[in-house]
Amino acid sequence: MAKIIGGITTSHIPAIGVAIDKGLEDTPYFRDLFAIYPPIRGWLNEEKPDIAVLFYNDHGLEMWLDKKPTFAIGCAPQYENADEGWGIKPIPPLTGETELSWHIVNHLIENDFDPTVCQDIKVDHGATVPMTLLWPNHSYQGIKVIPVAINCERHPMPKPSRSYAFGKAIGDAIRCWEKDAKVVLLGTGGLSHQLDGPRAGILNADFDSYCMDKLVSDPQELCKFSNVDLIEKGGAQMVELAMWLAMRGALGDGIPEERLRNYVAPISNTGVGVQLLIPKG
Amino acid sequence: MTDYKMRPVEGTIHFDGAQSTKGFNFNKMCFSFNNEEARQAFLADPEAYMEKYRLSEEFKQALRDKDLNRLLELGGSIYYMAKLAGIFGWNMQVIGGMQSGRTTEEFQAYLDSQGRGKTTNG
Ligand SMILES: [Fe+2]
Repeated sequence: MAKIIGGITTSHIPAIGVAIDKGLEDTPYFRDLFAIYPPIRGWLNEEKPDIAVLFYNDHGLEMWLDKKPTFAIGCAPQYENADEGWGIKPIPPLTGETELSWHIVNHLIENDFDPTVCQDIKVDHGATVPMTLLWPNHSYQGIKVIPVAINCERHPMPKPSRSYAFGKAIGDAIRCWEKDAKVVLLGTGGLSHQLDGPRAGILNADFDSYCMDKLVSDPQELCKFSNVDLIEKGGAQMVELAMWLAMRGALGDGIPEERLRNYVAPISNTGVGVQLLIPKG
Repeated sequence: MTDYKMRPVEGTIHFDGAQSTKGFNFNKMCFSFNNEEARQAFLADPEAYMEKYRLSEEFKQALRDKDLNRLLELGGSIYYMAKLAGIFGWNMQVIGGMQSGRTTEEFQAYLDSQGRGKTTNG
């Protein structure tokens, strides 16, 4: 049977991708941010997951406003990246895992979630920055990836509680897949930031820290927030907490062990959080 | 009836269906900037490029004025405006300053003032 061995949350802001491209990891601005990744990579090297289920949001590469799925799941053998217009170098394609993708889709629809099913999509920095952080120098060839996209671009967006429930259904699907495989979950995006308007630049380190605490111990508390609550507390792009909640939902009901945590603010305009959670039992 | 109206948040325009409808052509134009040839075509002749995407005069003027808050009001989405900003070489701190009435340095200082500094454990 497939087993979920852990969940990793990480911001996916383009500035991090640019820093990697330019080799700025060890500069004073970025050092504390990048410090957390070697221990996480160490854990990945030890555990050697076969598959990563990656929750991200598309920022206008593949899923732009003309056809914007609320929830979408990749069922492709491969996922290309491409030019997004402002700077990070495209990375070599990610390898898909179609069999588990289709198993998840079937399971979801049986359980009353109806995502858009994608057999040919490009993935943007929301997916590629985390992959590059966790498997640097394009060393992700050994791992198969299932990208799961949540709309964080245009309202109405799924409610936080719904993203959590969606993730939970995906976790149930993974756990009942008959093949032996180790699966790691990646929840990307966030935390507090606002890019747009006169309120641009707002951060909320206290709220970010509250969210990271509750993500471990009591995610239901976070499910009580509406998207507007999140915008008020952490800025317009705080809604990217959706992917963290989906990851946490998939991780399962019990309180996981929080193996690692890092928080740095600001990086670019963002409060950048990273956690490694290990499910118990 | 279900109440789905979003509570207003000061200094923020919720990018919703109404905004997305108004801004569709503009955002579509900015979406095209994923492509290098499109970026070059825009830079070579912005007026012709805006016309090709049938931008309203209001949008054209806001773009000529580089008035980002006006573009947001008219229906621009920040994710597509970021691609436009890339053409001009503006990063997130530059456009953050432009929108919040600060210089880039003041904007950076504002970000830093809210930062928690650096906490690592584990
Ligand atoms: Fe994002």
